[in-house]
Amino acid sequence: MLNVKVLGAGCPNCKRLEATVQKVAAKHGLPVEIEKVTDFEEIMKWPIMATPGLVVNDKLVSAGRIPSESEIAAWLTA
Amino acid sequence: MSRLLHPSIASPQRSDLRSVFILGLSAVVWFVAYNAIQPLANWLTYDLFRLPAGSHLGESVAFFLYDVPKILLLLSGMIFLITVVRSFFSPEQTRAFLGGKREGVGNVMAAALGVVTPFCSCSAVPLFIGFVESGIPLGVTFSFLVAAPLINEVALVMLFGLFGWKVAALYVLSGLIIAVLAGVVIGRLKLERYVADFVWQIKTGHGGGVDGKPTWTQRFEMAWQSTREIVGKVWLYVVIGIAVGAGIHGYVPESALVAIMGKNAWWSVPAAVLLGVPLYSNAAGIMPVVSALMEKGASLGTVLAFMMAVVGLSLPEMIILRRVLRPQLIAIFIGILTVAIIATGYLFNLVM
Repeated sequence: MLNVKVLGAGCPNCKRLEATVQKVAAKHGLPVEIEKVTDFEEIMKWPIMATPGLVVNDKLVSAGRIPSESEIAAWLTA
Repeated sequence: MSRLLHPSIASPQRSDLRSVFILGLSAVVWFVAYNAIQPLANWLTYDLFRLPAGSHLGESVAFFLYDVPKILLLLSGMIFLITVVRSFFSPEQTRAFLGGKREGVGNVMAAALGVVTPFCSCSAVPLFIGFVESGIPLGVTFSFLVAAPLINEVALVMLFGLFGWKVAALYVLSGLIIAVLAGVVIGRLKLERYVADFVWQIKTGHGGGVDGKPTWTQRFEMAWQSTREIVGKVWLYVVIGIAVGAGIHGYVPESALVAIMGKNAWWSVPAAVLLGVPLYSNAAGIMPVVSALMEKGASLGTVLAFMMAVVGLSLPEMIILRRVLRPQLIAIFIGILTVAIIATGYLFNLVM
């Protein structure tokens, strides 16, 4: 089971990122558990300065943008 | 590495070349289209619809048919370019630039970087914490936080398209000055006690930063994505705004508004600022109306103050910043910004 965290306080881009991750996971049949981190004290434990942030298995992979589906697929299957 | 990776990572040079080719082709199409708008609008209005030149309806229709494609083309082209420029900057780099800068120099740099660093008001909090935590003075941080939304790309394009480059340049310049001054004042007032306590205690994670340098293809993809997003969000407002503006253009008599929106009506600037605050994010739709009003006698300072109030005094951003700032500091922030915008309006009404 992959643990994916979406860091962001409910901005539209955070929701879009979450939906994209879900879509990619479904497409490749990957079991993922998506956790939404909305509390700033929690968010700031990762070195990010722009939301949404994406964390895959406790590793920060992107911040401040919505990565493309192919990028997300690469992180999920790495 | 899996096959799922984007092809551009596999062969960056080749894919970049193709992107540049597509981009060049789009640029040519853009220029041809942009230059064809005026003759096309005139032909449609006066030849196809057979509206008499000089009539109220004819003037309005020609104005609408010219302005809608012009503004939408300008918006798409310039937002694309602006996003490509911004892809060379990141909040992390900006923070590194600003680290250890004195007040004054720091404020000027922060305001300038606020214009080019990609920023969305939803990221105001992590950015604020990131700046403050790395020791950047509060005043310098605020110069950034004022400039980033105040000098707005959509507003810039609208001003450029409707009033020309001089007004657009004045907008950027006065926005920068306001950001520097607001930051210096906030710095001098020593308001650190009004920042939420947890901000000072937070220890952000370090190391493991993310992005490497994007390829050109990735920059263009990002630019295309944000162009689609922004134009998709504002186009309807633009069309409605220009339709109302076109009506005013054709039907309201010349100088009808000198008395209420001219430079001699002292209350027009504060009224414009008050009116601008709740219109956040509708800059695109309001500007064509304002532009048509100006033609009938409203003054430039009033227009600039209005534009800045619309984008700079953003309620959503204040609500988000409430998580890290005490209400007193938010009130001071809004107060300083309001005074500065009103002063800018009067200044331009005075000198122009």
